[in-house]
Amino acid sequence: MSMEANIENASSGVWKKPAMLLFIFAVALTLLQWLGLLPESLHRLPESLVPPLAPILDAIFNFIKDDLHLIDLTRWLTGGLQWIIDASSNLLFGKRRWPNIGPIPWTAIAAVAGIVGYYLGGWRLAFLGAGTFVWTALIGQWKLAMETMSVLVVAVPVAFFVGLLLGIWAWKSRTVEAALSPILSILQTIPFFTYLLPAVIFFKVGPTAGAVATTVYAIPPMVLMTTLGLKKVSPEVIEAGKMSGCTRWQMMRHVYIPSARTEILVGVNQVIMLSLAMVVLTAFIGMPGLGAKLLAMMGSFKLGRSIEIGITIVLLAVMLDRLTKAWVAKQPEHFERGTSWFVRHKFLVGSVLAFVGCILLAQVWELASEIGRKQHFSQGKALDAYVKKDLLQTPALKSVTETLRWFMNIYVLIPFRNFLLSIPMPAFVAFVVAFAWYMAGRKQALIALAFFSWVAFSGWWDRSVITISYVLTSTFAAAIIAIPLAVWGASPPAQRINFSNGFNMNLVIGLISLIFRRSVIFMASLIVAGTLRYMLWKLGVFGGEEVSPVLYSFVFWVIFAISFYVIWRYVGQMLRDVFLLLAADTAQTFPSFVYLLPAIMLFSITPIAVLFAIMVFAMVPLIRYTIEGLRNVQSEMTESADMSGATRMQKLWSVQFPLALPTMAVGFNQALMFAFFMTMIAAYIGTVDLGQELQRTLAGADMGKNFVLGLNVAFMALTFDLVIMKWASDKKKLLGLD
Amino acid sequence: MTNDAPVISCKNVWKLFGPNPESYLASMPEGKSFDDIRADGYIAGVKDVSIEVGRGEMLVIMGLSGSGKSTLVRCFSRLHDITGGTIEVEGQDIMSLSEKELIELRRNKMGMVFQSFGLLPHRTVLENVAFPLEMRGQDRHTRRERALEVIKLVGLEGREEYFPRELSGGQQQRVGIARSLAIEPDIWFLDEPFSALDPLIRREMQDEFLRLQELLGKTIVFITHDFDEALRLADRIAIMKDGAVEQCDTPDQIVLNPATEYVRKFTEEIDKARVVHASVLAKADQKGAGEPVQADETVQDMARLLVADKRKVIPVAKGDTIIGGMNRQDALDILLGAS
Repeated sequence: MSMEANIENASSGVWKKPAMLLFIFAVALTLLQWLGLLPESLHRLPESLVPPLAPILDAIFNFIKDDLHLIDLTRWLTGGLQWIIDASSNLLFGKRRWPNIGPIPWTAIAAVAGIVGYYLGGWRLAFLGAGTFVWTALIGQWKLAMETMSVLVVAVPVAFFVGLLLGIWAWKSRTVEAALSPILSILQTIPFFTYLLPAVIFFKVGPTAGAVATTVYAIPPMVLMTTLGLKKVSPEVIEAGKMSGCTRWQMMRHVYIPSARTEILVGVNQVIMLSLAMVVLTAFIGMPGLGAKLLAMMGSFKLGRSIEIGITIVLLAVMLDRLTKAWVAKQPEHFERGTSWFVRHKFLVGSVLAFVGCILLAQVWELASEIGRKQHFSQGKALDAYVKKDLLQTPALKSVTETLRWFMNIYVLIPFRNFLLSIPMPAFVAFVVAFAWYMAGRKQALIALAFFSWVAFSGWWDRSVITISYVLTSTFAAAIIAIPLAVWGASPPAQRINFSNGFNMNLVIGLISLIFRRSVIFMASLIVAGTLRYMLWKLGVFGGEEVSPVLYSFVFWVIFAISFYVIWRYVGQMLRDVFLLLAADTAQTFPSFVYLLPAIMLFSITPIAVLFAIMVFAMVPLIRYTIEGLRNVQSEMTESADMSGATRMQKLWSVQFPLALPTMAVGFNQALMFAFFMTMIAAYIGTVDLGQELQRTLAGADMGKNFVLGLNVAFMALTFDLVIMKWASDKKKLLGLD
Repeated sequence: MTNDAPVISCKNVWKLFGPNPESYLASMPEGKSFDDIRADGYIAGVKDVSIEVGRGEMLVIMGLSGSGKSTLVRCFSRLHDITGGTIEVEGQDIMSLSEKELIELRRNKMGMVFQSFGLLPHRTVLENVAFPLEMRGQDRHTRRERALEVIKLVGLEGREEYFPRELSGGQQQRVGIARSLAIEPDIWFLDEPFSALDPLIRREMQDEFLRLQELLGKTIVFITHDFDEALRLADRIAIMKDGAVEQCDTPDQIVLNPATEYVRKFTEEIDKARVVHASVLAKADQKGAGEPVQADETVQDMARLLVADKRKVIPVAKGDTIIGGMNRQDALDILLGAS
């Protein structure tokens, strides 16, 4: 074994040489370009050499569509799908279609959600389940939310079953798995615009196309989780099934599927979360609902109402995530023998009773059925005004965002972009291949070469490079903020700073962490104070609109002081865990679209807003994986470091980071993937990268170009993905962490 | 104990793991060792094993982990398809069975208990025990009755509605045992059933197992790596190494006459006095005089007598008939550990 490992090491040493050679070649080429000695044709591919990829793809696509009559099939399917969505629409928001019995009163849905929540996770989840629907109804977004849900309730089961069947198939047959896995990884990295256009062309604009795009988007994780779950079933359980004389069908039905329950349910969770994220985005192809409303409101800079919709979307996401996760963790409880059927099924009975009860109630009391236009509690318009005229005009906030915007633009974003653009195309490809070779190996290098050659010959080189520049800048910026945060989050409770030791590193770190902790409390108090003051002002506690500035600031600072004390005194220790882990955990469930909101709010419609949105989005996996990596370092390791007399810094750098690095790399990789995804969405704000071009293809139904661009993004993302994941798994093996 | 045709009989059974086991085995020259085979890229899970298990016999298969004992037992039930040789179960060549016939065989004749229990986590104790009955399509009422009966047999009454994770390891294995007994199998396979349990519980479960065996009298193939366990339970012991059976004999013979160096080393630490019975030491051509000892007494059982007695030859009796005489010095040597 060890000899093999040695040989492998030696060979990988040999294999790294070409990486160095390529790197030197790339540097030389770049230097030549900077000195102006490189002919233009080596810097950028001449127009004449760009192969007509888009027309070719168009021709293939048209052949499949028209000559193979795929479109007739899909149009036929559209009819059936439309019928199902109409039915769910009728039930949820009363669209006038069969079965014509809807809409279900909001109280009924909220009540059932509450009971399901209680069944799965006690009072907290009951509150979350019912609360989400109550909020949605009271804020006056019931119909919007139900429009979104009507597609979701169709797309999720379809994606579940298709994913499950494909997963079983891939598990049964190696060939299928081998064929499916590259398709799945491309599907997972392809930008969502590339899902949307074919959906529109084959399934008409609107809910049907939205449902199809959503379904396809949500299938890959279900396939992967199913296969994983089936593979993990313990061999003894399988043998026990066989020895019990199960037929193949009985094995599947009674042994495999129930034993893989956990993974399958995790798959369900992912299907739901991805579906929700996608269904919001299908607003781009005319799917009505929360997403469309959010898009419209953000477009006209009505941030107050956008925030309300954003909260609804986030609440829905968090609720669905928590409920399904609780379902994953839920273990069956036994009842003593002789327990009656009603007690055994008390939650089912309760749900039915509550459902029927609310429907009856709705017959008598109008409000229990529907909350009308004038009856809801939305403060959207007032909030719009508050954000625009009050919050965003705050001098402190304004100066901070202006400075940040200026600094990032002039010193980071533009120089980095120009630097990347100044690298000749062959040199750029060589850099990437060298990187892949050095980090992962020959196979990954060859794949990187193939992928980036596609990008090079696609004719969209400059925009691709700009996309990469956005992705890299924001991911690195995110890492700079996220990793210290995560280290703080993973560390044991801070020790008191001992000033008598004089000036040393520990003192500095201690001070920084102290300031950091206080600043988190500071920010939280600011938010609380601002909100409370605003509410008091709205309620007219201090008279009408004309508030004296003295009273205004007095009230504000009093509330601030109280909340600071309360948070510091009672929530301080909790804050770290809650803020970091829970926040990162929850933040991951937010549909990506929501991240644009604060970005636009703070930086209006600029490239920095894009950067900010990507950065916040990318921080989530970075924090999660770094904390996970650090926490999973075996306690023996850190203890032995302690006993060797390592300081906290030494321990961090020479024990914890090296051991956590593979996991952190996985987080970094996911951050990159998130960043690619977000860059595409940010095209909506206006960027000059591939996303913008992709969005244009939607309007023109330009299928060939859409695919070229989509594959560009997917291939770039996949290159990073392959290289980093290979590196991480090699590293893990080397450290024996598997 | 073997009174008629063997229940399981296997001849020259091979089980190779690797890319192309059948053709490799066909072209393989005689006398290749385990390491030779491994150098060719194959693992010999079972290597040229011929063994028979008689009706009502308890055969214990022993060996270190990786010696192929689990593989061999899985070949008996065709959880593994063998690469070469023949295995007959009750006269039927199991490799010639169709999938349907195999399922029938397992549904009616075989039961198996697993080291880590192999319980279905989503089913209650009752549903787990009734599982094989459900698979063969018995109606709800019958299978419930039968399952309750076996649950009672293994002493798990009152826990029928529990889920496996709510039980201790010992209780879980009782469920496993009950499940394997539900269909009233003729042949009972136990794959290290007590290895995952604490020593105290293990002892208790062994007693329980002996009680059950006395009650049911099944043909049993029992796997263990614990020699004490093997000695307590076995009629015969088969010791395996690198996929091959080194020796298959009664405990007394294995301890007294190890066939190979490996078996000798394996049994070195064993207290022979606890294993060797008077019947083995009795020589038919000698008689001795005075009060006889019983044939099924171990040397340790007779320790007091051996030390105190002055006779040179002590008669050994099976019931009332004298079967021979035991040389007292031989027995003393065993008792004192002299070679």
